[in-house]
Amino acid sequence: MVNEMRALNSIAQDIAQVARGMGLDFYPVNFEIVPAEALYTFGAYGMPVRFTHWSFGKAFYRMKTQYDLNLSRIYELVINTNPAYAFLLEGNRLIQNKLVIGHVYAHVDFFKNNCYFSRTPKDMVERMGAHAEKIRDYELKYGREKVEQTLDAVLAIQEHVDARSHIGPNRKMKNSPKINVPGNDGSQACKSHLCTENHACGGNCSGNCTTKEQSKGDSQKKTRTKSASLPYEDLWGDLLEDECECLPQPEYEDLLLYIIKFAPGLEEWQRDIVGIVREESFYFYPQIETKIINEGWATFWHARIMRELDLNDAEALEFALMHSQVVQPSRMGLNPYYLGVKIWEYLAKSKTMPELFEIRESENDLSFIRNHLTSELVEELNLFNFRKVGAHWQVTENEWEKVRDNLVQQLVNGGHPRIVVLEGDYEGKGGLYLKHCHEGSDLDIVYLEKTLSLVQFLWGKLVGLETVIDTKKVLYECANGSVSRRQVGKTEEK
Amino acid sequence: MADDIIVSRDDWSLHRKGYLDQTRHKEKVEEVIKRQLGDLIVDESIILTDGKKNTKIPMRSLEEFRFRYDLNKKNHTGQGTKKMVPGEILGREQAKGKGAAGSGAGEEPGQDIYEAEVTYEDLANILFEELKLPNLDDKKRPLIAHDRPEFNDVRKKGLMANVDKKRTLLESIKRQAFSQKQQKKDRLRISPEDLRFKTWETRPNFETNAVILAMMDTSGSMGQFEKYIARTFFFWMVRFLRLKYENVEMRFLAHHTEAKEVTEAEFFTRGESGGTRCSSVYQYALDLIEGEYPPAHYNIYPVHFTDGDNIGSDNGKALLLMQRLVDVSRVVGYGEILRTHYSSTLMSTLKQISDPKLRLVTIRDRNEVYVALKTVFS
Repeated sequence: MVNEMRALNSIAQDIAQVARGMGLDFYPVNFEIVPAEALYTFGAYGMPVRFTHWSFGKAFYRMKTQYDLNLSRIYELVINTNPAYAFLLEGNRLIQNKLVIGHVYAHVDFFKNNCYFSRTPKDMVERMGAHAEKIRDYELKYGREKVEQTLDAVLAIQEHVDARSHIGPNRKMKNSPKINVPGNDGSQACKSHLCTENHACGGNCSGNCTTKEQSKGDSQKKTRTKSASLPYEDLWGDLLEDECECLPQPEYEDLLLYIIKFAPGLEEWQRDIVGIVREESFYFYPQIETKIINEGWATFWHARIMRELDLNDAEALEFALMHSQVVQPSRMGLNPYYLGVKIWEYLAKSKTMPELFEIRESENDLSFIRNHLTSELVEELNLFNFRKVGAHWQVTENEWEKVRDNLVQQLVNGGHPRIVVLEGDYEGKGGLYLKHCHEGSDLDIVYLEKTLSLVQFLWGKLVGLETVIDTKKVLYECANGSVSRRQVGKTEEK
Repeated sequence: MADDIIVSRDDWSLHRKGYLDQTRHKEKVEEVIKRQLGDLIVDESIILTDGKKNTKIPMRSLEEFRFRYDLNKKNHTGQGTKKMVPGEILGREQAKGKGAAGSGAGEEPGQDIYEAEVTYEDLANILFEELKLPNLDDKKRPLIAHDRPEFNDVRKKGLMANVDKKRTLLESIKRQAFSQKQQKKDRLRISPEDLRFKTWETRPNFETNAVILAMMDTSGSMGQFEKYIARTFFFWMVRFLRLKYENVEMRFLAHHTEAKEVTEAEFFTRGESGGTRCSSVYQYALDLIEGEYPPAHYNIYPVHFTDGDNIGSDNGKALLLMQRLVDVSRVVGYGEILRTHYSSTLMSTLKQISDPKLRLVTIRDRNEVYVALKTVFS
């Protein structure tokens, strides 16, 4: 056992040297060998320590079952921190660990250098540990049921934060102390809205995006001070004055922040929970939007690193087997490892190393696909679009541009529908008015209704959501937990 | 430079977090099952098997709601092993559809294909948690009360007839493993100190005597629906009693204009025809009680299911006999399976009995079986 650890240690050092020699630039890495239970727990929670919620238990059960049934296997898990933590599955064979270690270095290189990760806190393990402790305290103080109910609702909308506050110049930090002043927020959000459309463009928009005033750094602590008791007339009076020409109404993308600040019925500790989830959401968002490019990058590099190592025949064979399992195309979906590594390999043919490193620095999945998925690749990978026609899933298109555009479409906003807040005093009753920015895809109605009632739980008063279903504008309203629906346009006002 | 790479290993054996939250998830699923119990227990797949098999009902895990796209209404991107042309079929709705949806960024969030499975036993446990034999009188013992021996201990001394062979052998093997001698001929020698005996304690027998008289209308007016509901009720009733009470007798009585006793298998399978005279089965039950189950020593529970379509002239007699049944029983269940909104004449006749021991239920819909069970057995 001790020998094995020593051997692994020196191998990890050697591979680090090889990787650095090839140009990878990564944080220090703490490798830890853990049993399957622990690894799958981290996988389910996304972190070695995180607050308690049944949804993580569900994820854990599913992943662990698949492992127990030998259906899938996670070899490693890397945490984006400095130093980075990488967990290796106990029982990995030495050659497997060699591949995995190379893979890990490339991931950490990506975390360290990719611009979308530039603002993720590097001490997230400790922060999430503190969050977990706080939520545990709330459970003791206010009861598990109540905390769970709050978490159920917040987690349902955890994606709806303004992820673009992560990139761009750090200037809004200057404004953060004023975040309590509602009028200020309104005007700023409004001005900056000029570029909200560009948010969809991903990687390259960082330059022209004046990101909104709400920085993740300003954190919930300050915002929590104000809120519930705000007189809404004041708030909306200010907002209306500041209204700009570009849009009839300001749109707030950060639903969670809006709830923290303005939800009339939330208690302080509940606001804190929303803040906690919001902060963790910011941390995870870059990982969601760089899945293909990051996995591709790591796979691209572990293959190159392995070629530099002295492997005997048996090892080489085992490596080839494992590598091919990792990049195995899946029949009906897309394997991000495979798609990613194919694009990187294709780029490596025509570009220089410094150019590749620049791409890993400045792009995310969306721009990566849009800029580099070529007709040759679509052809080679046999990509196609399909959709449901009647009871069948049917191939609809295979023209490369349509395939590319569809993939890009799916990556917009991390694959989540964009929901913005239009109003916080809807119908003069303190209602929350949300709008789904329809970009071609309808929402799942069942999920919409259930989620809306969860939002209503947080907001406390009437909540409306405007969307488009089958090309008709529809308004869903939720009051006291029951949802109703009406078409907008025809029955405009009662 | 190299010392910033560290490989370590910790003890994670006490790490239970995943399991704890998994347990919470399971609890929540059970809550959902409880809420849907009414629908689940009338599931054909359970009732039509004998209940001994471990029937599994697919039960979706708890969903994590969020704003998400309608996957049926949007384009996905997939990858083929060959060039795919428009019009090719990838799969049909349920079977492949879910797998197909995981496209784009690899995993579509909120895609839950995993289903928790509820076994028949899980279901029974949840269901029976709330049921009991009402008004059970512990004092009603069999005429010859006896103490029951219970083998619950193992000692070194005892009666040779009660020797515990398995444990004795184990002791012998242990002893020889400890002693250094490894001679083959010694292997299976049992010495006196190896001997282990089962011993018992006597406990007073607290079991009470109870008898259930299951009565079912099998007349022509009982259609498919009525029969199914009645059988579902009795199915769960029988399972519940067998699981929770050791010493409960069950007698099965079927009737149309005449009543007769049938076996359990017949009771659940056969259908008949003819008119309905409920008094016949009440009389039969009373005779049975008089002959075999003296109320002083038995807890008696007659349960009768019918569509209430009794011959009008019989109602008076039925009421009279029912009153006598109520007097000798702990609880009487009377269930009517009706698909109209009117109360039948027999039901309104029986309502004249104000004794709370008579429990009247009307079932109009499949999912009311659960309520009926709770009404009678609580």
